[in-house]
Amino acid sequence: MPSTHDWINNPLDVVEGMFAASQSNPKSGWEAKVVEFFKDRLKEKDAHTWVPSLNDVPLHYLKPNSLVKFRCLIQDMFDPEFFMGAYETVDPSTNAKVLRCGRYKDVTECGVDFNSRNTVTAERQTFYCVPIPGENPWFSLILSHSYACSSQARVVPSTSYAPTRQKRTEDGQMCASQGHTEQHGNGDCKRQETEAPSSQTASASHLDLNFPLPGEKGPSCLVKVYEDWDSFKLNDTLEVFGILSVSPALSALADEKDASSSILDPTESMETAEEQRVHSPPASLVPRLHMLYARPLPHNNPLLPSATLEDNSAFLSSTLSEMASVRAELLTYLTHVLLGDALAAEYLILHLISNVYARRDVLPLGKFAMNLSGCPAAALYTQRFYQIIQQLVPSSFYLGMSLQNMNQMRLVPKKDYVANRLVSGALQLARNTFLFLDETHLEQGQLDTTGVRNVTALGNLISWQKVDYDFNYHQMEFPCNINVLIASEGRSLLPSDCQIHLQSQVSPPNMEEYLSNIQLHPQTSSQLNKFRIYLSVARQLDYSISDEMTKSVEDDFVDMRKDDPQSVSAEDLHRMLVVARLLSLSLGQTSLTRDSWLRAKHIDMLRRSRMEQHQCVNGNEP
Amino acid sequence: MSSPTSTPGRKRGRDGNPATPSSEGPTSPPSQRRRGQDSSNGDLMPMPTSPATDMLSPAAPQDTSLFSSPRPHPLSPLMYGTPSSRVEGTPRSSVRGTPARQRPDLGSVRKAPQVDLHSDADGAVASEPNAGQRLVIWGTDVNVGTCKEKFQRFLQRFIDPTATEDENAGLDLNEPLYMQKLEEISVVGDPVLNVNCLQVQSFDAELYRQLICYPQEVIPTFDMAVNELFFERFPDSILEYQIQVRPYNALKTRNMRSLNPEDIDQLITISGMVIRTSQLIPEMQEAFFQCQVCAYSTRVEVDRGRIAEPAVCRHCNNTHSLALVHNRSAFSDKQMIKIQESPEDMPAGQTPHTTIVYAHNDLVDKVQPGDRINITELLLISPRLHFTVQHPNSLSHVPAGIYRAVPMRVSPIQSNVKSVYKTHIDAIHFRKTDEKRLHGLDEDAEQKLFTEDRVQTLKELAAKPDVYERLSSALAPSIYEHEDIKKGILLQLFGGTRKDFSQTGRGNFRAEVNILLCGDPGTSKSQLLQYVFNLVPRGQYTSGKGSSAVGLTAYVMKDPETRQLVLQTGALVLSDNGICCIDEFDKMSDSTRSVLHEVMEQQTLSIAKAGIICQLNARTAVLAAANPVESQWNPKKTTIENIQLPHTLLSRFDLIFLMLDPQDEAYDRRLAHHLVSLYYQSEEQIEEEFLDMAVLRDYIAYARTYINPRLSEEASQALIEAYVDMRKIGSGRGMVSAYPRQLESLIRLAEAHAKVRFSEKVETIDVEEAKRLHREALKQSATDPRTGFVDISILTTGMSATARKRKEEVAQALKKLIQAKGKTPAMKYQQLLDDLRGQSETAITKELFDEALRSLADEDYLTVTGKTVRLLA
Repeated sequence: MPSTHDWINNPLDVVEGMFAASQSNPKSGWEAKVVEFFKDRLKEKDAHTWVPSLNDVPLHYLKPNSLVKFRCLIQDMFDPEFFMGAYETVDPSTNAKVLRCGRYKDVTECGVDFNSRNTVTAERQTFYCVPIPGENPWFSLILSHSYACSSQARVVPSTSYAPTRQKRTEDGQMCASQGHTEQHGNGDCKRQETEAPSSQTASASHLDLNFPLPGEKGPSCLVKVYEDWDSFKLNDTLEVFGILSVSPALSALADEKDASSSILDPTESMETAEEQRVHSPPASLVPRLHMLYARPLPHNNPLLPSATLEDNSAFLSSTLSEMASVRAELLTYLTHVLLGDALAAEYLILHLISNVYARRDVLPLGKFAMNLSGCPAAALYTQRFYQIIQQLVPSSFYLGMSLQNMNQMRLVPKKDYVANRLVSGALQLARNTFLFLDETHLEQGQLDTTGVRNVTALGNLISWQKVDYDFNYHQMEFPCNINVLIASEGRSLLPSDCQIHLQSQVSPPNMEEYLSNIQLHPQTSSQLNKFRIYLSVARQLDYSISDEMTKSVEDDFVDMRKDDPQSVSAEDLHRMLVVARLLSLSLGQTSLTRDSWLRAKHIDMLRRSRMEQHQCVNGNEP
Repeated sequence: MSSPTSTPGRKRGRDGNPATPSSEGPTSPPSQRRRGQDSSNGDLMPMPTSPATDMLSPAAPQDTSLFSSPRPHPLSPLMYGTPSSRVEGTPRSSVRGTPARQRPDLGSVRKAPQVDLHSDADGAVASEPNAGQRLVIWGTDVNVGTCKEKFQRFLQRFIDPTATEDENAGLDLNEPLYMQKLEEISVVGDPVLNVNCLQVQSFDAELYRQLICYPQEVIPTFDMAVNELFFERFPDSILEYQIQVRPYNALKTRNMRSLNPEDIDQLITISGMVIRTSQLIPEMQEAFFQCQVCAYSTRVEVDRGRIAEPAVCRHCNNTHSLALVHNRSAFSDKQMIKIQESPEDMPAGQTPHTTIVYAHNDLVDKVQPGDRINITELLLISPRLHFTVQHPNSLSHVPAGIYRAVPMRVSPIQSNVKSVYKTHIDAIHFRKTDEKRLHGLDEDAEQKLFTEDRVQTLKELAAKPDVYERLSSALAPSIYEHEDIKKGILLQLFGGTRKDFSQTGRGNFRAEVNILLCGDPGTSKSQLLQYVFNLVPRGQYTSGKGSSAVGLTAYVMKDPETRQLVLQTGALVLSDNGICCIDEFDKMSDSTRSVLHEVMEQQTLSIAKAGIICQLNARTAVLAAANPVESQWNPKKTTIENIQLPHTLLSRFDLIFLMLDPQDEAYDRRLAHHLVSLYYQSEEQIEEEFLDMAVLRDYIAYARTYINPRLSEEASQALIEAYVDMRKIGSGRGMVSAYPRQLESLIRLAEAHAKVRFSEKVETIDVEEAKRLHREALKQSATDPRTGFVDISILTTGMSATARKRKEEVAQALKKLIQAKGKTPAMKYQQLLDDLRGQSETAITKELFDEALRSLADEDYLTVTGKTVRLLA
């Protein structure tokens, strides 16, 4: 398939060709045609799997100016820049003028005629993108498998590329084994960067790549967007298809600036060295990607087909039919994990599929932050528990709420005006990231100013699903959609939508042993995959309430209030409606039924009665 | 020679084709100019004070005695009719006595020759050639003569028909506005004339268009026109330098996001917030060279950021003998300012953009980081190339000019360049939008512009009879019922009319309505607060638990860079003219709360710390929420007892609402329905049902700015009656049920209600509604739980009249008891309490007993020390 490789290996040729063809007809709108061309190509079956991914392939194995893809989160948006959309070059020997296209390129050809009347100035926007924070190890494992399979069928694009594939799969396996044994709290996978030359890693350390989560690794990228940049929002997750640009000339510029310009030209003093470094880092470290096409990622689960669920009815119906059985399996599994507490396991499922699906003025609907109290403090139970969840969700983050962490960590992103960038914080997370707050680590002590601010930020996140980014002179509110689970011994100091006290049904004499047994429990990967698909699909289903159900819910509420007005408040109804919604979805039902409503009421009652037993005990009530 | 500075052709730009290259500044490309002038090679010739500059720099005529530069070179056909030669031709010598000052803000490259339309096809513009020669500046359709005449006519004739703003204070509104301003200049001696572009537009749309499109040519022409006019009128006045025109308020107000290549080299006004300012940069305007052989000196103007060092001394003909003398070169001030989009202009979910602005001369240091400003300016693109004086003696201060259309170079050796331009903005005028907040009223009108359509929709909405209900139901639709509370908050959003009694010594009257919400936890108080905070443009949200007095008021800190003391304002000051939402009001520490006393009545904030003594305006409405002390509202206690707030503070709230669970079946049903529908309705349905938040926001903004209702005769009567009625209710039982504060509240509420109707007059219906709402609020919060009557003294003195009566009774009973005991100078505390309990029919609590003891102690009848009570008498 030579044509395939043309547009993957040399996309600029396609662009140039279209540009040249359009010259006779200035109003042809060749820009749109280019985008259309690549979109069509990528729509072809599996076409997008042929494109090498910046996430999986080390940068130095990728061919410059080839088409690559990048799965990323928009971490920061830089100012728009004006560039030469078209320009003329003059050959010094012949004086012949050639019109050239400046789109999708960083550097112009030699001999630009600055006086040319044909120069067209155009505008583009730069986004700073990082890999999706908190991606779990199994994720890249699956991706690289599927990628390896598909790439075997085709000719290897560059000669230096061959060894990587093998290495990568090795790396994938390594990841998998790490995933199981990893003791480290953050549990971040060592991604493919581990095999990158050490010099690169070393230089990365002095240049802060601004990852939201500590200990993250991976390529970050400056994505140049040519059209429609207003449709992108901060923290969007995208799969970007674009032309890779790693021209060493870009780095040369940065070096030269550092050395001389600040002294030579006082007007440059506004752009500090800091700013220079951030906005034009060496291309070998932060490649530029000229976006041709970007696909929003609604779920970020590689196991699901990439098309939206509506478009893929076959997949949807097959999953839906299995849902009840998968749910039962998952429930058994989680019950086992939660020391035999089936109710907590049921709530945990609901929590895992919760999703902010709408906002009514300030109120986010569908959020379901959970407080799992009564966690055994011993034997690192919470960390083990997190590692199990990690196997189920695409991206997650473990935040141990120790005093030190709270006082020192940067949770809220802050604008750094010196470098003119948004310094990321741990709460800058992609949608549906699972955030695990471990309160069992909290000991008595004093929170300082940062600590108080961090706790407030966590509280805001839970109650309003928003994070107020610190812009020094003002704050700016960014809505988010993060599933927060708080594990604590008593009632958490943070607010939550529902608190459930863990009641251990089993009392293993040796907790350590019990837990490690769960972990070693051979969950076959096919079963794990079923769970993963189940959770992602359930979250994306549509949901409705019929008029009759509305009526019956209203009646129920009135009746409940009649018996004991103190027992049920508007708040409770809010929660019960969310529980009912999640319960229906977890069973694969897209509308509320009488049964689900009664069941929702029932489990909520069970939960509350359990809480009342504990209320008198822990005394952490308002 | 690299001459990359010249701009590419600009013909297309002039045809009004907006998509033309940005690089086409109205400035004529130097290379082409040169081609026209002398058709020599592209080398930059050493230009001794080029005549082009003269004619270009705002006030062309320069005092020859000051600058020993040779006069312009012979009149070429191109030079004919240039501004400079014209001015020179005029006999007004006084103009020439005042030195011109360079205007780097317009770019140092505007060496625009005028072109005869007939001779140059390139200059093709949409103006029909006159019979004679019609000269326009190259690449534009600006004819200097006509333009000047037009502007002079504008200055001489323009009378602002809409002038009411206090901005023009002290000016006669029926006289030509700008002539008065010129007069002011002659008196004050500050040679800056600010010209409102909107006024230019209303006077002469064509002139305005030219100003917007070709500011670099038109503004110098304006300068010339003004100076001619000025020195004609005031020939004797002495100015430091010639008058400079500073246009502002160009209609094309853009936010930073919408700037695009079309705006390059145009006059624009954008607003933003200053985030950084650089140090002062001296920018060389004119280099002074001296021959080291014969000491002959010469001056070279900076031409497009470059100084062409004369290679040969003209006097002694030695080559390379000239040295730059820094001390005698002329410099101008320059400062780089970084501005960022103001948060209001930004679409949700994106980060703010920043832009670099250059300020020149006296605009330097006019703004500080954190200021909100409007800037009128030119958008320019500047290159990243460095032009340096090629001289061994040159020091680090190398002039850098503004160049257009030269892209960043990758390296001096390689000849491929990075295809990105660097943009910046040259400021012509700053206007601080928050400048006036510290003194006097601020004109929100200038910030919030409403389109005709919008005003029409708003007025239609206002004409509807149920507008009040509509708006209140549009407020926080996700929160159910609590109609009266929403109405109260709605009135708070509108606020009363501001009155100034400073003449009579009382200062400003509070126009803001303060509201306190108290009630059970979980009754969506916080949600309501969040909603309001999101709705109003200048709102602040704090939580009582987390805020300190300092955070609310202001604090002084030392700027790490300048070592200056800087006053940092807190939430209350920041929400001046807005609403300060304080959650968990009851959890606030006493010292913090005490700050609120001043704010909530006097609307000012006095600060005396670290050598700074000042009074800041804090005309903020306070919306507070408080939880009852016992976590559940106790209906058997008064409001004060439930929330434990000092009554002095409570009495400053106009409305105090209780948010309680009503516990009634019909209510429950409606509530359930509301909540369920909240969870299944689609976005569109929601949109249909309620007014858009944006409409509501505009409605409020419009009413707050344009509507200033006054009391009508009937309304005043109704208010008086209402007040008298309120007083009467209580007087029957020996209680006071209303104080003047309540009357003021009523007035404010009535005014706010009139604002809701867009009515300039407060009428009886407004008073009725104010009365109703006030009564409702009182019914909830000031009902004495013991008697069931509304008792305002609960809020004003912290104790209901019955409770006070009871206290006195107990005190008397205690006194009797002690007297009955006869001569016992000391008694046991517990013993006495038990005795009193045994004697009294009603239950006597320990608190009550303590109160009684205290009141007796106040009478000097006894004294309590520890557990013993001693008689004094």
